[in-house]
Amino acid sequence: MGAIEKDLASKDSLSTLVRYENVTKRFGDIEVLKGVDLDIKPGEKVALIGPSGSGKTTIIRMLMTLEKPTSGVISMGGEPLWHKKSSSGKLVPADEKHLRRMRSDIGMVFQHFNLFPHMSILRNVTEAPIHVLGLSKEEARERAVDMLEKVGLGDKLDAYPEQLSGGQKQRVAIARAVVMRPKVMLFDEVTSALDPELVGEVLEVIKDLAKETDMAMILVTHEMDFARDVADRIVFLHDGQIEEQGTPQEVLENPSSERLQAFLSRFLRN
Amino acid sequence: MTWDWNFAIEVFPEIAGAIWLVIGITLGAYIVSLVFGLALTFARRSSFKPLALATYGFIEFVRSTPPLVQLFFVFFALPSIGISFDKYTAGILTLGIHYSTYLSEVYRSGIEAVPKGQWEAAKAMNFSKMQTWFKVILPQALPPVIPMMGNYLLVLFKETPILMAIGVGEFLQEAQLIGAANFKYLEPITIVGLLFLLLSYPSALLINKLEKRSKRGFRSTKKAVKEMNEFEELKG
Amino acid sequence: MMDVYVDIIPKILPGAIITIQLLVASSCLALVIAFIAGLGRVSRFAVVRSLTSVYVELFRGTSLLVQMFFIFFALPAFGFQFSPFLAGVTALGLNYGAYGSEIVRGAILAIPNGQTEASIALNMTRWQRMRLVILPQAIRMMLPGFGNTSIELLKGTSLVSLITLTDLTYKGLMVQNTNISYTFPVFIVLLIMYFVIALPLIFGVRKLEKNASKGVVKA
Ligand SMILES: Nc1ncnc2c1ncn2[C@@H]1O[C@H](COP(=O)(O)OP(=O)(O)OP(=O)(O)O)[C@@H](O)[C@H]1O
Ligand SMILES: [Mg+2]
Repeated sequence: MGAIEKDLASKDSLSTLVRYENVTKRFGDIEVLKGVDLDIKPGEKVALIGPSGSGKTTIIRMLMTLEKPTSGVISMGGEPLWHKKSSSGKLVPADEKHLRRMRSDIGMVFQHFNLFPHMSILRNVTEAPIHVLGLSKEEARERAVDMLEKVGLGDKLDAYPEQLSGGQKQRVAIARAVVMRPKVMLFDEVTSALDPELVGEVLEVIKDLAKETDMAMILVTHEMDFARDVADRIVFLHDGQIEEQGTPQEVLENPSSERLQAFLSRFLRN
Repeated sequence: MTWDWNFAIEVFPEIAGAIWLVIGITLGAYIVSLVFGLALTFARRSSFKPLALATYGFIEFVRSTPPLVQLFFVFFALPSIGISFDKYTAGILTLGIHYSTYLSEVYRSGIEAVPKGQWEAAKAMNFSKMQTWFKVILPQALPPVIPMMGNYLLVLFKETPILMAIGVGEFLQEAQLIGAANFKYLEPITIVGLLFLLLSYPSALLINKLEKRSKRGFRSTKKAVKEMNEFEELKG
Repeated sequence: MMDVYVDIIPKILPGAIITIQLLVASSCLALVIAFIAGLGRVSRFAVVRSLTSVYVELFRGTSLLVQMFFIFFALPAFGFQFSPFLAGVTALGLNYGAYGSEIVRGAILAIPNGQTEASIALNMTRWQRMRLVILPQAIRMMLPGFGNTSIELLKGTSLVSLITLTDLTYKGLMVQNTNISYTFPVFIVLLIMYFVIALPLIFGVRKLEKNASKGVVKA
């Protein structure tokens, strides 16, 4: 990064990285998101909570370009994600080229890991840096080994995904996404497919990561303690709309909406 | 020289006239394959090891050698050891036995999908071996594989042209004779292709539908079982 | 008794070579076609999808022998004169290519969606997703199917004897014609020779079936 770019980036950090403007999404007849407005600053860690079916996954999948919004605009670094400006200045649906350029700033970790089963752990992590970022094999390997060591898997480079536990797989998936150095990382309930005793190790990795990177993060989670620890802001989603948001203290200790109170009490009871 | 409509229209009835013969041979061979295939399935599961092994060898051998050569064997070679058939019977037997090896695989997959508990239940109810097979196992093993069985009817149908090699007057043989007599092959052979498409494509669609339906049926059974379990849990 | 076989085998052996050549050439052609048509069936362009499915339905809906006769006897009407060998390879390749494309398509569609989504999240291009993630997994699933198709193809090669190509079957018929007393042994030898050619394929399929599930996401 050159000096000027750094300067721009720091100025940028005051503004918005990701912006949802009145975004709706329907699947057939069901309106899953009913007008979502959400801003995320560079480096900000946002936890997304809410009951099952409230649309959390859909929100982040749209940012990852896995799902297309029905209406509204999502922008990334000031540029619309699903639209591009045509030569006449009008917004037209984005093409694959535009989407690919936008995707380079976004990474995602999935509930079910989605590791590539036919590749070793190391190759899972180096494949995209080599083929997408164009790094040399050595550079990619260095980056990957570094990251795998950070998530505690430095000794598993040559193993295959099927030889790992769920918690280890998910840590590989995190490393695989992080080495791409996105500006925003999306986590979709990354511990809910894990055996309870493996949840901790994955959450620890994410916490450490959150502390030391300036990546923004959107974390969909049902782990309230984790949300409190890691998030700068918690957003509560209900029935396709943002019902309440604020700092962890505000949201978890002083919820104002009845629905959030009900949601939290259900969690505390469990 | 290109397509000659008059010629095509003139020869169409002659070729299409073979339809009853083709259908007859197809159905005949299919029945042979259904019955003989079941026999192979039983023989292969026999507790008498030499029989099981010999059946396995027979299936592998017949499956991996050309039906055309098998046809020659049945029609030309068997008579020299005193077993002779007319060409139609030879055709029906050859195709029937060839595809019985495929059907025995189909039966096998169906039978293997029947839960083990069913055998134990039949034993507990003191069913005889025959009763177990025909009252308990087969009624459950066959319905899921009906689409696969139907598929082999189509495969068999498309295999009938090889019977021209021993002079059975099916579609292609008719077309070939007409072609040779007029030095015009394009129209008659195209007509044969069309006849096959016309007869097999709708059947393929039907089988597809059957397949989807049987899968749906399967799923709804699974759902029913799940609901039953949940209901039990609620009660319990 | 043995003399008969000693007499027959050398006479039909040249036919076996033609049969194996046919098997190899048309398997290669079928494989190429299977991939092109199989990828066509899952293309994002509707035109490509419908064109390839017309091809597949056309060749699966009619008989191999009819296709072979069409290429050999009917196409000359348009000025395309095929040698028996070329007609055989073309018909076998197109026919089994159509069946093979179903294997390709089925395997590609069987790869869980999460694999595609993960590769989108890593910002791979469409072709990279196919080449680096989907195909390597799908090919493993295709192999047993391809093996079985190659056995079917081997059986199909015998039909070229009906368009005058001197393959194994044709040679057998010639020997039988010149010496009627050989009728029984000739066809026995033919069947055994086809089986011997098929054996490596049969064992190959066995092995592939055992390995097929390795390195693929389990549903
Ligand atoms: N591809 C789809 N087609 C149809 N409906 C869908 C699809 N994806 C999601 N939905 C529906 O949209 C609604 C919101 O789904 P979403 O997955 O975003 O919820 P969620 O908040 O992530 O829930 P959970 O906590 O269960 O993961 C649900 O009712 C779901 O059934
Ligand atoms: Mg979700």
